[in-house]
Amino acid sequence: MNHAAAMPLDETRPEPGFGVYNLKLGMWVFLLSEVMFFTSLIGAYVILRFAHPEQFAAPGEVLNVPLTAINTFILICSSVTMVKAFAAVERDDQKGLQLWLLATIVLGATFVGVQVYEYIHLFRDGFVPDAQAYAAGGGPLYGSTFYLMTGFHGLHVSIGVLCLIFVFIKASRGAYSPSNVGGVEIMGLYWHFVDLVWIVLFTIVYLI
Amino acid sequence: MSATGSMKDYRMTGYAGEHHHHEPSFLRTYIFSTDHKMIAKQFLLMSLFFLLLGGTLAAMIRWQLAFPGQPMPGGGILPDTMAPGGIILPEFYNAMVTMHGTFMIFFAIMPLMVGVFGNLLIPLQIGAPDMAFPRLNMLSFWLAVPAGFMMLASFWVEGGAAGAGWTAYAPLSASGEYTGVYLGQQLWLVSLFILGFSSIAGAVNYITTVINMRAAGLTWFRLPLTVWALFVTSILVLLAIPILAGALIMLLTDQTLGTTFFLPAGGGEPLLWQHLFWFFGHPEVYILILPAFGIVSEVIANGARKPVFGYHAMVLAIIAIAFLGWIVWGHHMFMSGMNPMLGTTFMLTTMIIAVPSAIKVFNWLGTLWKGNIHFHPPLLYGVGFVSLFIVGGLSGIFMAAAPVDIQIHDTYFIVAHIHYVLFGGSLFAIFAGISFWFPKMFGRLMNQTLNQIHFAGTFLTYNLVFFPMHGLGLEGMMRRLYDTTQYAYLAEIQFWNVFITWSAFALVAFQFLWAFNFLWSMWKGEKAGPNPWRANSLEWSAPSPPPHGNFERMPVVYRGPYEYSSPESEEDFLLQTEPPGARPGPAPDPEPIAHGEEA
Repeated sequence: MNHAAAMPLDETRPEPGFGVYNLKLGMWVFLLSEVMFFTSLIGAYVILRFAHPEQFAAPGEVLNVPLTAINTFILICSSVTMVKAFAAVERDDQKGLQLWLLATIVLGATFVGVQVYEYIHLFRDGFVPDAQAYAAGGGPLYGSTFYLMTGFHGLHVSIGVLCLIFVFIKASRGAYSPSNVGGVEIMGLYWHFVDLVWIVLFTIVYLI
Repeated sequence: MSATGSMKDYRMTGYAGEHHHHEPSFLRTYIFSTDHKMIAKQFLLMSLFFLLLGGTLAAMIRWQLAFPGQPMPGGGILPDTMAPGGIILPEFYNAMVTMHGTFMIFFAIMPLMVGVFGNLLIPLQIGAPDMAFPRLNMLSFWLAVPAGFMMLASFWVEGGAAGAGWTAYAPLSASGEYTGVYLGQQLWLVSLFILGFSSIAGAVNYITTVINMRAAGLTWFRLPLTVWALFVTSILVLLAIPILAGALIMLLTDQTLGTTFFLPAGGGEPLLWQHLFWFFGHPEVYILILPAFGIVSEVIANGARKPVFGYHAMVLAIIAIAFLGWIVWGHHMFMSGMNPMLGTTFMLTTMIIAVPSAIKVFNWLGTLWKGNIHFHPPLLYGVGFVSLFIVGGLSGIFMAAAPVDIQIHDTYFIVAHIHYVLFGGSLFAIFAGISFWFPKMFGRLMNQTLNQIHFAGTFLTYNLVFFPMHGLGLEGMMRRLYDTTQYAYLAEIQFWNVFITWSAFALVAFQFLWAFNFLWSMWKGEKAGPNPWRANSLEWSAPSPPPHGNFERMPVVYRGPYEYSSPESEEDFLLQTEPPGARPGPAPDPEPIAHGEEA
């Protein structure tokens, strides 16, 4: 994003913008859009659940709550390692940066792996998004909304892992320094957002 | 991708005067360009193509409405699945009205407004060398193109293109069993989903650019109204499109994976689609019209040689309309079986929108009032916009009233209304904008005489086409009706459908005149200096067309964009870069220009 991307604050400019560099501001703006995307999915779920409570099974009846609770913990841990990675690059600790990024990648990939494992088991039990083939507890709307929300969240985590691998490769080539933390910082913003969405989803899909 | 490069770097590399770059290759200049002006021109070409396509579909629709069951001239080239022997099939008619709406809204007007003017004007009017994220900008264009062609390709798949209307109401759209359209509807959904990525990428870019990259001294209330309008529009795009994306995904899985979000058979809620669609759809309406407000304010102030009347009120009205746009979506659903109490609420919020809209109209009139009006083509189109937008706005109030809407819902009254705001409104503003900023795209002026003829012809035939539709609607002619002569009460007033169709053909003919003018002026038009309209905002201090990097040196802004006929200046304009007090030799480029005749 060459020359035009860098646009820091400067006291000679009476109207300097928000004092946030472009990449970071752009990521915040993009995340607002993401908020609206998940709002549409969660909103649809809330409306359908209120309209047809009989279609939704009680917590734990169909879904494996303990397994997902552990998975939630794994994802929260990955947010911690992401913070550690950012702290490392800020004090120019290249080894630490790479290590913590790698830890985040492993934890993120584990989360996706556990989710795939969960899906496979649910499919075997007849919990599928297809109304015709639906055999598990609750009704077809339960399966439809479950896979819609957790699936699109899982897609976001997967994309996040791919981006993390990209950031990791750049980091191992020494692309980041205390004066150039943008790539790591916006990666962190996205990652924490995805984590936050999961906490909401875990609560409304698995716990209540 | 340096995050915290120093200010010095930015100055050193950002501006053409100090920019040592070698000539980029053909591919990088014209195809995979990151220059916002080239991307604006690419969007212009793309959306004019889809505008032509949408117009062709409209002409075919008009043929069927005037002469149902008669072979269409030239219709023989269409395959038998669409129009055997040139006679349009009902299924194909459904696909035509669906795709006419889809192409015009998503692939013509929206990219013309946001893609073309957003890209062209934002960096130029805020004094920036380019967008905040030039490569993201390129991606935005190259996502829109495949989306458009995917939509176009759906005409030729088995079952034909989507036929459930541009609003794709469920359950009609949710199961191919109802329409016989399977793949066509799915391509429609995927295409709009991809276009959504394009729009969001653009919005992120525009918002970041306007916030962070304004020139020194360019405070929020010194921004031209076009920038304000495009900025607020970008916020609407950013927040509304993801709602559509979510709804499209649910509809797609209903079609393909066997979910039942919108299918009552599995407990789904068809009304949920309408809520989601219009929660996106009403902000979308303002995405299509807010940039027009900006453009029209610009050209009217320029033509009247007066400051915009009530600049702050204009800005606040844009923000108010954008905000209110989020809480009125239910007025599309009075007849959907929604709770009538809810309808009353939506009726009230909708009518409140008339207040900021009226503020804008009165301010445009106030700007013209006692002005030294130059009737150049942009002003003509701008005044055309105001007058037609008033008609569209007033018919909007009819529909906002739930009891009246019960009568006119889903009739040609609605068709008349949407065309008064989208064609009479948005498209006239687009004509104004293209003729006004043509020099900043191509370095030349459009032929003014041809533009004036085009304006007069379009304004006249436009009204002949769309005004009688109000009457047809009140007489009970249904929207999306295949054959008007099926109904005795409509067969009696068939004269009007024939009249509208002939007027529509004349309207189309005038658009070819415009297309000729556009192409001719691109290569042969009169060369324009930097400031042919003697306007104030920053783009007019750059050369026409501006070079890569836009400005010779970083502009510094001392005043607002509408200081026309100021006593500070002997000229009747003051560039925003003109320092206060230091008056003023001749402006940088006093070259007088073709203004058309004066009032």
